[in-house]
Amino acid sequence: MNTVIPAPIARQPWSMLTPLTLLTFFGAAVLYSAAGGSFSPFADTHLLRFAIFLVVALVIASLPRDLAKFVAYPAYIGVLVLLLGVEAMGAVGGGSQRWLELGPIRLQPSELMKPTVALALARFYDTLPTGMFSSWRALLPAGVIIVMPALLVLMQPDLGTALAIVFSGAVVMFLAGLPMSWFLSAGAAAAVAVPLAYNFALKPYQQRRVTTFLDPESDPLGSGYHITQSKIAIGSGGFMGKGFNEGSQSHLQYLPEPHTDFVFATMAEEWGFLGGLFVIVCFGLILYWGLKVARNATNRFDRLLAAGMVATMFFYIAINLMMVMGMAPVVGIPLPFMSHGGSSMMTNMLCLGTLMMIHRWTTQGRSGGLQTN
Amino acid sequence: MPLGLTKKILNESVLTDSFDRRSFALGLGGLSVGMLLAGRMGYLAIAENDKYAVESESNRVNLTLIPPRRGWILDRNGAPLASNEADFRVDIIPERLQDRSREIETLGKLLDLDESKMRDLHAKIDESAGYAPIEVASGLDYDKFAAVSIRLPELPGVVPQRGFSRYYPTGPSVGHLIGYVGAASREEFEKDRNPLLITPGYKIGKDGIEKQFEQTLRGKPGARRVEVTAAGRIVRDLSSRADVQGDPVQLTIDGPLQDYAARRLGLESGSVVVMDCLTGDLLCMASMPSFDPNSFSDGIGSVEYAMLSENDRVPLRNKVLKGLYPPGSTVKPMHAMAFMHEGIDPEESIICGGGRRIGNRFFNCWSNHGQVNMAKGIYQSCDSYFYHFAQKVGFDKVADYARRFGLGQEFDLPVASQFYGTVPDPAWKLKKYGQQWQPYDTVNASIGQGYYLASPLQLAVMATRIATGRHFEPALIKTDKRKPAPSLDFKPDQIAYIRKAMSDVVNGPGTAGRARLPIDDVLIAGKTGTAQVVSLSVSNGKSGPWKYRDHGLFIFFAPFDNPRYAGAVVIEHGGGSGAAYPIARDVMTFMFDPQKGLDALNALEKEWGGTAQQRLQRRYAEYARAAGEAIPASPPLDREIQARVDAEARLDARRSEAFARKNPRPARRADSDEAQAEQPAATPATTASPTPTQTPAPTPTGDGQ
Repeated sequence: MNTVIPAPIARQPWSMLTPLTLLTFFGAAVLYSAAGGSFSPFADTHLLRFAIFLVVALVIASLPRDLAKFVAYPAYIGVLVLLLGVEAMGAVGGGSQRWLELGPIRLQPSELMKPTVALALARFYDTLPTGMFSSWRALLPAGVIIVMPALLVLMQPDLGTALAIVFSGAVVMFLAGLPMSWFLSAGAAAAVAVPLAYNFALKPYQQRRVTTFLDPESDPLGSGYHITQSKIAIGSGGFMGKGFNEGSQSHLQYLPEPHTDFVFATMAEEWGFLGGLFVIVCFGLILYWGLKVARNATNRFDRLLAAGMVATMFFYIAINLMMVMGMAPVVGIPLPFMSHGGSSMMTNMLCLGTLMMIHRWTTQGRSGGLQTN
Repeated sequence: MPLGLTKKILNESVLTDSFDRRSFALGLGGLSVGMLLAGRMGYLAIAENDKYAVESESNRVNLTLIPPRRGWILDRNGAPLASNEADFRVDIIPERLQDRSREIETLGKLLDLDESKMRDLHAKIDESAGYAPIEVASGLDYDKFAAVSIRLPELPGVVPQRGFSRYYPTGPSVGHLIGYVGAASREEFEKDRNPLLITPGYKIGKDGIEKQFEQTLRGKPGARRVEVTAAGRIVRDLSSRADVQGDPVQLTIDGPLQDYAARRLGLESGSVVVMDCLTGDLLCMASMPSFDPNSFSDGIGSVEYAMLSENDRVPLRNKVLKGLYPPGSTVKPMHAMAFMHEGIDPEESIICGGGRRIGNRFFNCWSNHGQVNMAKGIYQSCDSYFYHFAQKVGFDKVADYARRFGLGQEFDLPVASQFYGTVPDPAWKLKKYGQQWQPYDTVNASIGQGYYLASPLQLAVMATRIATGRHFEPALIKTDKRKPAPSLDFKPDQIAYIRKAMSDVVNGPGTAGRARLPIDDVLIAGKTGTAQVVSLSVSNGKSGPWKYRDHGLFIFFAPFDNPRYAGAVVIEHGGGSGAAYPIARDVMTFMFDPQKGLDALNALEKEWGGTAQQRLQRRYAEYARAAGEAIPASPPLDREIQARVDAEARLDARRSEAFARKNPRPARRADSDEAQAEQPAATPATTASPTPTQTPAPTPTGDGQ
C-alpha cells in the first residue's frame, strides 16, 4: 500500500516501535541526568542494551511458530534449572543472590522466567483438548508451571518478581478460558490468604515495606523514606518540571535508586506532569498494540502467548508506577525501557520480540502465507 | 451474559469468544489503571505541587545560623572586660547522636577528656532537651579540631565549629561583676523560643552584666544557606549573611582598678567598692574570692562546682551586693552629720567615762575617752558620744538620715539582685518583732551594731555622700549625660568638719594611722568599723577559728579636702578593721600612683603565691586531684546554683540579726579599731594559713592617738 518505503520496513509494527524508541531515548535522557549530566555510566549502556536487544527481538520476530512451540517446555525447564542454580549458589556462597555470573553477563534467571512461564502455559493450553478446559487437568499442570518458579523466586527472596510470574500466569489461565468461578473463588481465597501470607511468609523487611506503604510518614527516615522522597520528587516537578538536569531530589541523592526503580520519579521531577503523561501514553500505545496483536492472532497458542507477554509488561509498568507514586509497596521492580538495568531490558525486549513474532505470523497468514493449525 | 463457560459446549469457537471478551475486559482494566496512574500523577504534581515543592526545597537547602559575636563589655576607658576570642570548638546535638556511648567515647579519646569531664558530659546529655547543643570542648588546638572533623562521618550529631568564645582577660577579678556565659538551658529556650539559642556555639549571659545586657550584647546571627545532599554533604553555598556583632556595653568600672582591688584582697574574703565622687560612677566592685568566668563557659564542671561550693569563703557570692554586715563604727561620721543637721553643735562635748549612762543603764564604751566632742567622737571612735546624741536626737530621726545616705536602700543598677539590709528604727522593730524600741536599741544602732545591716555597696555610697554632701546615685553604665547630684542640704562648713575629722582618723590622732597614703600630697580620710559575729564568750573576735572573727570595715575618700574617690572595704572575718584599711590604702595609692600601688601588690602576691587567677587554677588542680571520684557526678544547673548562693547569703545576713537579738547590749570589749592600730603586728594575720604576719606596705608610723 506504500510505494516509497520498502516493504520489509513498512511491514514493521511502527505503531509500537515509534513509542518504544521515543520512550527509550527519553529514558536515556533521564539516565543522563541521573548520572549528574553524563552519558556514562547509565545512558550509554542503556542505549547499547536497547540496540542489542532490539536486534535480539528482531531475530525472535523472525522465528517460526513451530520452533516457538518446540522450545516452550525445554526453555521453561532450562530457566527453572538456572533458578535452582541461583538457589544453590546462594546456599553455598552463604547469603542470597539473584543472579548468575556467566562470563561478562550477569544473568537474572527470574527475569527470564516471566516470559518463559507465559510461553510454557500457552504451549500447555495449546495442547490441552478443548473439552478439558473446565476440568482439573486444565488447572493442575498449569498451576505447577506457575508455582514452581514462583516459589523459587520467592525464596531468593524477590516478592516483586514472584508476583509478576503469578500475575502473567494467571492472566494466561484466565484468557485461556478456564471457568470464571475458579477465578472468583481464587480471588476469595487470596483475600483470606494475603493476611496469613503477610504474617508468616514475608520476611520482616518485606512486611515493613507493606506497612510503610500504607503509612509512609510513620517511618520517614526508615523504610518509608523511599516512598516519601519519591512522592516529593514527583510532586515538586509540577506541571512542566524543574527542567532537564535540574532535579534536586535525584542529584542530591534524596531519591533512592534514581536510575533504576525510581527512574520515573527522577523523570517526573525534571519533566513534570507532561513528562509523566508522555511516558504513560507511550506505555499505553505499546500495550495497546500488544493487546491488538493478541486479539488479532489466529490461534490459541498465539493468542495466549501474546496476551502473556502483554500481561508481563503491563505488570512491570503498572506496579512500578504505582510504587513510585505511593500506591503500592516498594517492591524491586524497574520501569521497562527507562530504568537502567540489563535484565529488565532483556525481559521486556523478549516480550516485544515475541509479540512482533506473533504479529508477523498473523500478518503473513493474512497476506496469504501458510497457515498452520 | 456470564464470562464463564458451561461444561457442555466447550469448543474452539467458545474459547475464542471467551478470549475476546476477557481480553477486552482486561484491556479496559489496563486502561483504567493507566487513567488512574495519570490521575495520580496529576494529583501529586499539580494539586499537591506546592506542598512537595516546599518539601523538596527544605530537603535541598540547609540553613545554618552563624552565632553572632557577642558585644564586648568595656571598662570606662574602653578596655575590654569581656571580649571574644576566635577558637575551635566541638558541640554535640544529643538527639542526632546515633550511637551515643560509642560516639562520646570516641570524642573523649580524640579530645583527651578526663573522667570527670566525661561524667559531666553524660550527665548533661541526660538532662538536655535533645535538640539543644551541648559544648564538649572549646579553645581546642587545631590538631584536635582537625582530628574530630576528619572523623565526622562516623560521628553524626557532633558539630565541630570555628567560632568565637568569650574571653575575660582578668578572669576572677570580674567574675561576680560581669557574670559568665553558657549554653542556653532547656528552660531558657522554652521561655525565649529563639532558634539562635539552640545554635551550636551560641552562649547566653548567665549572670551579672552578661545576663542583664543579654539583648544588647546578643547581636544578630548570620546565616548560611547551603545545598546539601541526603548524606549531609555540602554541595555549594547558596548564600550567606554575615553576623552582626552585638553592641558593646561600657561600664563605669575602671578595669585596672577592678583587677587591682580584686587581687589586693588576696587571701581574704571580702569586697572593695570605689566610686567617683564627681559622677557617682562605680569604679570598682571587687568581690573575692571569686570564680573564673572563663572556665564556666562550657558549663560549671562538677569538680569546679564542688570546690567552689565547699569553700567557706563563698566564692560564688557577690559580696558587694549580697554580703550584709553590721556597719559598725563606719556609720559614725554619717550619724554625726545627722546630729549636726538636727542642730547639735559639734563642739558640744560629753564625758566618756569608759561608757555612758543612757536612760537608767550604763553602756560601755570600748575605752575611756574623757571629754569628747564630735571630731574626737569620730577619730577616736568614741561610742559614748554616739550613745548620748543618738538618744538625744532620737534614733528614728537618725535612721532617716541613714536612709538618705544610702543605707537600707536599693539602687537602680543593672544587677540581678541586691540585698538592701536593715536600718533599724522603732517602726521597723515594731513591725518585725512586735516589740517597742528600747534605749539599748538606740545604743546599739548608734554605733552601727544591733540590727543594722549594710552591704559594701551601700557603705561606699554612704562614703561618697558624706564626702561630697551630695546625693550621688551609684551608676554602673557609662554615660556622658548625668544629672547633677542634688545636695543633701548640709552647710559647707559642716561637710568640711566631718572631712577633717575623718582625715584625722588616718592622718591625725585617729584609729587607722596605718591607712595613710604613701603619697605626700594626697591625704585619705576614712572611718574604721568592726562587726562582731559571735559573742565574746565564744571568741574574742581577733583570733581563733576564722568563722568567729570580727568583720573588718573601712569607708574612705580621698583627697580628704576635695574628694575625688570614695569607697568601702569590707573583709569578712578579718579580725577587725585592721584587715580592711590597708587594702583601702593600697587601692587609693593605686589610683593616685599606680606604680607604687603595684609594687605593694607584687610584694604581697609573691607571698601569697601568685595572682588570684593563678592561685585559683592551682587550687583547682589540687582539688581535682584530691577529690577525684568522690564528687557528685552532676553539677547543678546555673539557676539552681544562683538560687542556692542567694539563699545562703540571706541566711548569713539573718544570722547577724539573730545574733543582735540574742546580745541586745554592746559588750564591754575593745572596739578593736584602736586596739589594732596600737598593735599593728597582730593584724594582718587574718587568714587561717600561718603566713608570716608582715606589715605589707611601707606605712607611715604615726599611729598616735
